Amino acid sequence: MNRKFLSSPIILILPSILAIGFVIIIPLIFSFYTSFTSYKLTRPDSLYNFVGLRNYERLIDNAKFWYAFGRTILFLAIVLNLELLFGLGIALLINKITWGQRTLRTIMMFPMMFSPILVGFQWKYIFNDNIGLLNNFLYLFGYESAIAWLIDKKLAMGSIMVAEIWANTAIFSILLLAGLLGIPRDPIEAARVDGCNSWQVFKHITLPFLMPFIFIALTIRSLDVGRAYDIVHIMTGGGPAMRTELIWTMIARVGYKDANMGYANAMSYVSIILSIAFTYYFFTKLVAARRELGQQ
Amino acid sequence: MKQIKNIGFWFLVLFLLLLICLPGIWIFVSAFRPNHEILSKPANWIPDRWTIFEFTQMFSIKGYVSVPAFQYLMNSIIISLFSTIIAITIGMMGGYAFARFNFKGKNKIFLGLMLARAVPGISLSLPLFILFAKLGIINTSFGVIIVYVAMNVPFTIWLTDGFFRQIPKEMSEVARTDGCTRFQAFWNVELPLAGPGIGAAAIFSFLLSWNEYALASVLTRTIESKTLPIGMMDYLDEFTINWAGMCAIAVVMIVPAVILTFMVQKHLVSGLTFGGVKG
Repeated sequence: MNRKFLSSPIILILPSILAIGFVIIIPLIFSFYTSFTSYKLTRPDSLYNFVGLRNYERLIDNAKFWYAFGRTILFLAIVLNLELLFGLGIALLINKITWGQRTLRTIMMFPMMFSPILVGFQWKYIFNDNIGLLNNFLYLFGYESAIAWLIDKKLAMGSIMVAEIWANTAIFSILLLAGLLGIPRDPIEAARVDGCNSWQVFKHITLPFLMPFIFIALTIRSLDVGRAYDIVHIMTGGGPAMRTELIWTMIARVGYKDANMGYANAMSYVSIILSIAFTYYFFTKLVAARRELGQQ
Repeated sequence: MKQIKNIGFWFLVLFLLLLICLPGIWIFVSAFRPNHEILSKPANWIPDRWTIFEFTQMFSIKGYVSVPAFQYLMNSIIISLFSTIIAITIGMMGGYAFARFNFKGKNKIFLGLMLARAVPGISLSLPLFILFAKLGIINTSFGVIIVYVAMNVPFTIWLTDGFFRQIPKEMSEVARTDGCTRFQAFWNVELPLAGPGIGAAAIFSFLLSWNEYALASVLTRTIESKTLPIGMMDYLDEFTINWAGMCAIAVVMIVPAVILTFMVQKHLVSGLTFGGVKG
């Protein structure tokens, strides 16, 4: 029995697939169906009120939704690039340190343990216009007018990005540092003997070697981009005047506040396709980068 | 010249450390300050008086006064623990299958599992809310546990797959020619060797369950099943926030997470990178 049990990969994978089927696939099929109905939580019978593509048509006409969608893409493009850049910088910095490197690496992981909701609250506290750490700090230097970081239309989005970057740079720096530590010494020394400068070494040896690690980090990170919802939800709730409304906070508003489930599910599908596209893109890049290094 | 460069370098490192640690330290300090001191203007940077007032309000022997943090803590522990144990058990089986067998559609199934994990919690929460309400498992720990199991399984597979791959196939083959069944070889040889990786995967899924908000905020409604991240919102009123209380519950949330992560951080990194690079 046991022997048979471990010899069949399908049986081994089956429990995983069942769990995902029950919690993710079936609900998604159900929500796909409801996105074609006028389902409202307050009126259960509306579940069978088939409206065809009307929710999607409304979505296409809804300028607010496309603003939120564009803002989400922009948000992700900026934070992911900055996280990668800072992560790389921190990894290169720590790679240079020989004394206390292990301790530094541990401290670097600190933000990874914070729940996104906690990150949001923490930065809400720091950015608070009245009692926040930042304004109190500026006050010390004689800047006495309190800046409303989360209420000002121009500043709110930037403040949220700071929180997001603070929380998620660690995953990049940790993985890239692991990549840096694994680079063989020989080719770097050979290149130096041949007269390459630091930048050339970095560009032609270090960076190609780091590529798979960059894509591992991006793949892992892309799995959780939706968690930005938690941070925005607690920091601004989409305000001021919807200036920080991302696609996820909009889903929550339409689905739960307005109880308009069918419409919200149509929006959800757009967000799901977005997330899956991100992950799929980085995953295929990861496979390609691996192949290039000849690691099968 | 070199000395200046050196000083600049260490200054940069120090600045980074401050940036990473200060927000957390500020929360920690605020948790032990009376609320009026937090609200004082101009700020007083060094607390005059340390107090555990907010903690006694949450955890008093006669029951809670402010927020039922003890109940939330218990819910969090039960939900995180059970979802982790189940996710690790079935995820490890999956990881073993991916590492040791070649079968049709292997890469596609692997990709499919990862993509399923990429579905944002808030998008999934709408249909889950309706379905769980129909099934009568809304606002139960059981409902939250199965959701977290499914969320944790793909990542566990990724991590354990990487670790099983690092173990030479020959070791299990030798054990089997010596008369072990495949299960015995797995149990006595491969599982202990993959131990650190499985530990890392366990901590990772524990943390995800411990920290999750978007789904739990919809699937839990009352003290029966609310977890700490949801309970934290009790301190947030429409117009006011009890900052000291919120900091205190934040400390309750973060301390176990920090301890657990530090325990396995080394294995975590090697699991992620081997699983990815050699996968």
